[in-house]
Amino acid sequence: MTRRTAVPLAIALVATAGTALAEGDVNLYSSRHYDTDEQLYQEFTEQTGITVNRIEGKADELVARMQAEGRNSPADVFITVDTSRLERAKDAGVLQSIDSEVLEAAIPAHLQDSDNQWFGFSQRSRIIFFDKATVTEPPATYADLADPKYKGLVCIRSSTNTYNQTLLASIVTHEGEEAARAWAQGVVDNMAREPQGGDTDQLRGIVSGECGIAVSNTYYFARAIRTEVDGVSAEREKIGWVFPNQDTTGAHMNLSGGGVAVNAPNRENAIKFLEYLASPSAQKYFSAGNDEYPAVADAEMAPSIASLGDFKADEVSLSDVAKNIPTAQKIFDQVGWK
Amino acid sequence: MTDIPAPIPKSPKGTGARALGVIAWGIGLLCLLPMLAVALAALTGGTDTVAHLLDTVMARYVGTTLALVALVAIGTFAMGVGAAWLVTMTRFPGVRLFEIALVLPLAFPAYVLAYAYTHILDHPGIVQSTLRAVTGWGPRDYWFPEIRSIGGAAVMLILVLYPYVYLLARAAFLQQSSAAFLAARTLGHSAWSAFWRVSMPMARPAIAGGVLLAVMETIADFGTVAYFSVQTFATGIYTSWFTMADRAAAAQLALGLLGFSLALALLERSQRGQARYHHAGKAHVQMPPASLTGLRAGLAMLLCALPVILGFALPVGVLVWMGIGSGQDLLSQRYMRLIANSLTLASVAALLTVLAAIAIGFYQRVGHVASGGLPGHVARLGYAVPGGVIAVGLMVPFASFDNALDSWMRDTFDISTGLLLTGSIWVLVMAYMIRFLAAALGAYEGGQSMVHTNMDAAARSLGQSPVQTLRRVHLPILTPSLLTALLIVFVDVMKELPATLIMRPFNYDTLAVQAYRLASDERLDGAAVPSLVILAVGLLPVILICRQVGRSTR
Repeated sequence: MTRRTAVPLAIALVATAGTALAEGDVNLYSSRHYDTDEQLYQEFTEQTGITVNRIEGKADELVARMQAEGRNSPADVFITVDTSRLERAKDAGVLQSIDSEVLEAAIPAHLQDSDNQWFGFSQRSRIIFFDKATVTEPPATYADLADPKYKGLVCIRSSTNTYNQTLLASIVTHEGEEAARAWAQGVVDNMAREPQGGDTDQLRGIVSGECGIAVSNTYYFARAIRTEVDGVSAEREKIGWVFPNQDTTGAHMNLSGGGVAVNAPNRENAIKFLEYLASPSAQKYFSAGNDEYPAVADAEMAPSIASLGDFKADEVSLSDVAKNIPTAQKIFDQVGWK
Repeated sequence: MTDIPAPIPKSPKGTGARALGVIAWGIGLLCLLPMLAVALAALTGGTDTVAHLLDTVMARYVGTTLALVALVAIGTFAMGVGAAWLVTMTRFPGVRLFEIALVLPLAFPAYVLAYAYTHILDHPGIVQSTLRAVTGWGPRDYWFPEIRSIGGAAVMLILVLYPYVYLLARAAFLQQSSAAFLAARTLGHSAWSAFWRVSMPMARPAIAGGVLLAVMETIADFGTVAYFSVQTFATGIYTSWFTMADRAAAAQLALGLLGFSLALALLERSQRGQARYHHAGKAHVQMPPASLTGLRAGLAMLLCALPVILGFALPVGVLVWMGIGSGQDLLSQRYMRLIANSLTLASVAALLTVLAAIAIGFYQRVGHVASGGLPGHVARLGYAVPGGVIAVGLMVPFASFDNALDSWMRDTFDISTGLLLTGSIWVLVMAYMIRFLAAALGAYEGGQSMVHTNMDAAARSLGQSPVQTLRRVHLPILTPSLLTALLIVFVDVMKELPATLIMRPFNYDTLAVQAYRLASDERLDGAAVPSLVILAVGLLPVILICRQVGRSTR
């Protein structure tokens, strides 16, 4: 039995082994996990005839894979949902600098790497939501979340979440480690419940009455406006929102972006792909198809995301924030933010 | 069962046996490869991160992990052994149906069960909102058990992991001849006492193997605990790596996990001591099952129905309810491809893993006394290690091999071979094998331990080589165990996520990957659809193999 099954099996395996890397491909290593991104890639293929191949995974694992694969790595473009991982990829030496007039012109300076190793294409803002009925004076700043008058009201997810890590890292960057620790301690003291669930679950908590105040990315609320999200959309009128720190640093932003892999076998296509992401149609997709803020200033915005209103965004150096992520994690552990 | 077994003929001659040794050691070394890469990575960094964790959260992580392990061990043991005993040794209405239905929760990934239960039991869920509507309580006026807790995570894990114990225990009970149990009964033991003192000890290797699998799976789990924000040792590994950007620290912690699982396995071994439990292997004497009636039959039905309802029927209902209208097109070409990919990976990996388990398991029996068991010990380690750690541990040596070969080919023949293995489904299948070999081996050994060594001796004295003994004596007897092993690995691969995510070739999405993608985008209603397909695809072999296991021993 062993031999009879093993031989055809081996043949079958050999047949499936090779990966086609013909001309006219661009290979993405992406940690964007949005099902709707398929449309984005399809449109690129229609415009250019270049086939998009992709592997999606966690950013750090993808970087480890690129490092292991070395000069034979098939990766052309590396894409993440947050800048700290782009910075980490840059530090690991798996990205390369590129010259692109299109990208230089389209992407604002603070949303691209100083060495042109990565560019941001879309953003989400991490803001404060509240129950209009019970919270009459909502927090106006991130600092307010730690104010004892909100004791027992604040819902926010676990410290293992990237968005919370970058938020705290940005506070470390703006105000220093001590202030950040005091803030984190204050938020923990104000929590309505142990950190749990995703951002949508914090919004649901407002609707069901467990949370008075919640921290979530705009992405999840905009989606509840655009489509039906169970437990949020139907009673979304209950939820108010505040873009924090409008008089000071501005609202904290998460940037999704990408860069060209250091050993990219299809370098030209990789640059074309990044330029496509900065094009009006792709930028429009980010807001209309995926509820994100486009990175290009004059890009068309979908009504759902536009209805949240204009606001001042934090333009802190994202490289600095990325460097403070490990410090942020240490603070979370020290103050017992689960 | 304390008769003196004939020593198994050792140091076999003939190429068949030697080849077996080479294969067993080859597989053992392959399993060692990612562990070595992890050990190497552990040495490359400092200990700052681990020191920080020890100062702050490590005590809590370890405590949580141990509590979870204890709860899962007790829960899977009670549920698995109890159900297996009832369906094999007693008769009550619906027992045939329960026999198969009790395996169904196996096809559920624990994290999917967690989505389903959270959907109905959390604060906005239907249970609590109905409660509030009926009683008029305010949103924060009452206490309700928190589903996102250690207890909740333990229940999820028990519900999907008890089938391991059930399957292995059931196979063992079926293979047991009734002679011993009946002898105990004629010697004045009650049925209960005969069960504890005769049947249980005989099935012990199988049961212990099942519980050990459940425990190791619990230690390696990240999806479920992360979703519940229950922070375990695995959390420490992933935050060290992903947040602190310290892969060396993650590797150091993973080594700790390896040590823990090794200690557990050795503990079980030493507890069992030198005891051996064989049945004489003559024509199987089917035990006359005790017919239950009245209240007892009702109780038996309830006990068997509970795990099936909680671990299968209810969550399936919830997922269907969630999935309807989520916009996932099941009949699209894309889903057909997801199904085909999942099926391919799961069947290829299941077949190879079971073949590897046979080689290693049988070598333990006929190989050198002192060293024959080593490949088996090494092969078992992979089960407790989070899949992501194994994946990267395997990628590093294989990519270096590919690159070295490529450089050599370029220098010598001016041809680039590129990455031959990395990024093919080869390496992925290998990762599955390393990760799940323990499961296959557990099922195989559970069966093998019941084949009396006298049978090997008889076969050998009749001129059969060890390999012929394996083929003509062991494998036919062990068909139920082998099928069980195939089933477990198949279903495990269908559910596997971390290794699949990072090691697959371009565009090679599977059902588990699709479920992950939707879930990490917080679109759980959408994630319900691929999860249900995982279940449906896993169900067919579950039912087929279960019936086969029952039939081949009747």
